[in-house]
Amino acid sequence: MITGIIFAAAVVGIIGILIGVFLGIASEKFKVEVDEKEIMVRNELPGNNCGGCGYAGCDALAKAIAAGQADVGACPVGGASVTEKISEIMGVSAGSAEKKVAFVKCKGSCDKTKVQYNYYGIDDCRKISVVPGSGEKSCVYGCMGYGSCVKACEFDAIHVVDGIAVVDKEKCVACGKCVASCPNALIDLVPYKAEYLVQCNSHDKGKDVKAKCDVGCIGCTMCIKQCEFDAIHMDNNVAIIDYDKCTNCGKCAAKCPVKVII
Amino acid sequence: MKELLLIAIGSALVNNVVLSQFLGLCPFLGVSKNVKTSAGMGAAVIFVITIASFVTSLIYKSVLVGLNLEFLQTIVFILVIAALVQFVEMFLKKSMPALYEALGVYLPLITTNCAVLGVALTNVQKDYNILESVVNGVGISVGFTIAIIMLAGVRERIEYNDVPHSFKGSPIVLITSGLMAIAFFGFSGLI
Repeated sequence: MITGIIFAAAVVGIIGILIGVFLGIASEKFKVEVDEKEIMVRNELPGNNCGGCGYAGCDALAKAIAAGQADVGACPVGGASVTEKISEIMGVSAGSAEKKVAFVKCKGSCDKTKVQYNYYGIDDCRKISVVPGSGEKSCVYGCMGYGSCVKACEFDAIHVVDGIAVVDKEKCVACGKCVASCPNALIDLVPYKAEYLVQCNSHDKGKDVKAKCDVGCIGCTMCIKQCEFDAIHMDNNVAIIDYDKCTNCGKCAAKCPVKVII
Repeated sequence: MKELLLIAIGSALVNNVVLSQFLGLCPFLGVSKNVKTSAGMGAAVIFVITIASFVTSLIYKSVLVGLNLEFLQTIVFILVIAALVQFVEMFLKKSMPALYEALGVYLPLITTNCAVLGVALTNVQKDYNILESVVNGVGISVGFTIAIIMLAGVRERIEYNDVPHSFKGSPIVLITSGLMAIAFFGFSGLI
């Protein structure tokens, strides 16, 4: 009886020791050299694993930065402080990594835009965008207000207020998830410092815009004439601001007849 | 040959490891949020179970039976499987980095997948030889992959629906997998 127990214990013990020794040898034999820089870079990254950089998480980005495949400022979440530390590790000077935020190019809240029908159904913009007329609001370019971007945001930085999505500038880390989630491609990453933004995405002609929404860009080109820096242009009936040239003078916003530049 | 085919189909569909034996439920519920990750998990499970059923069956036949210590099977299998997953991970990292990247975090997670141990023990219970064990392992892991990918597909669609508040999260997933299990019950007349 007792010898049986001892025998069993001995067999398991021996198997355990054999496996231990085997794994020990194997770990030496199959050791993979990890770049020292990669570990240091990884320690500086925020570790949210949000994927905003386009890589499959912070580990993958650290590897890419250490290998020189990604920019030292590739992490949109970390901001300037992280970029600085990483560039120190990598021994290169940090570029002018500008803090960006997401911005919803639509102002058509429930009271400003016309409603064409009542919608009852699946609560998700990506599904609603295939419904004829793409949702309740008559403008097909605008925010449908069903909050796919809100669900996509991991930082609680975007909310639907009065039928349109609004970004909380302070909480936004520009990870770009909401940009990808919007079926109308309505969300852009814009510089944090930019004060004047065109809050409309409608490519309709001026008359059609007027018929559908009180606060849409009618393509009157008034803002273009005001701008002294050649920073604003018309693209398919909607004004687009070039943030590299814009000096935040605000003349365009002052003249805009529909107050779509804020 | 016919017998092997019967074992494979039987373990993949008729006695599906998740839906009729209720093994490996943790990864089945935990990693089935979208089709891509569940396919990764499925691939890793196929990989590990195939190797594990070979190795455990070999050890059982050559060591435990020889020493008259069959009752130690569970504890020895646990040891062997845990070590095997560790070793496979090291080996892949060194010699097949592409596959290692593809399987990613799911490879070490499999250590906690009871389906692996389940396969090893069923092989012993049913007195399979080594070849039959490997075929059984492949069948079971393919069955697991089918089930987890199907559940992930269903869950992706559930996301868009208006699920009653008290059913959100795990309850609706459990109900869904229950319905899937009933559907798989239809395979029971196959062999």
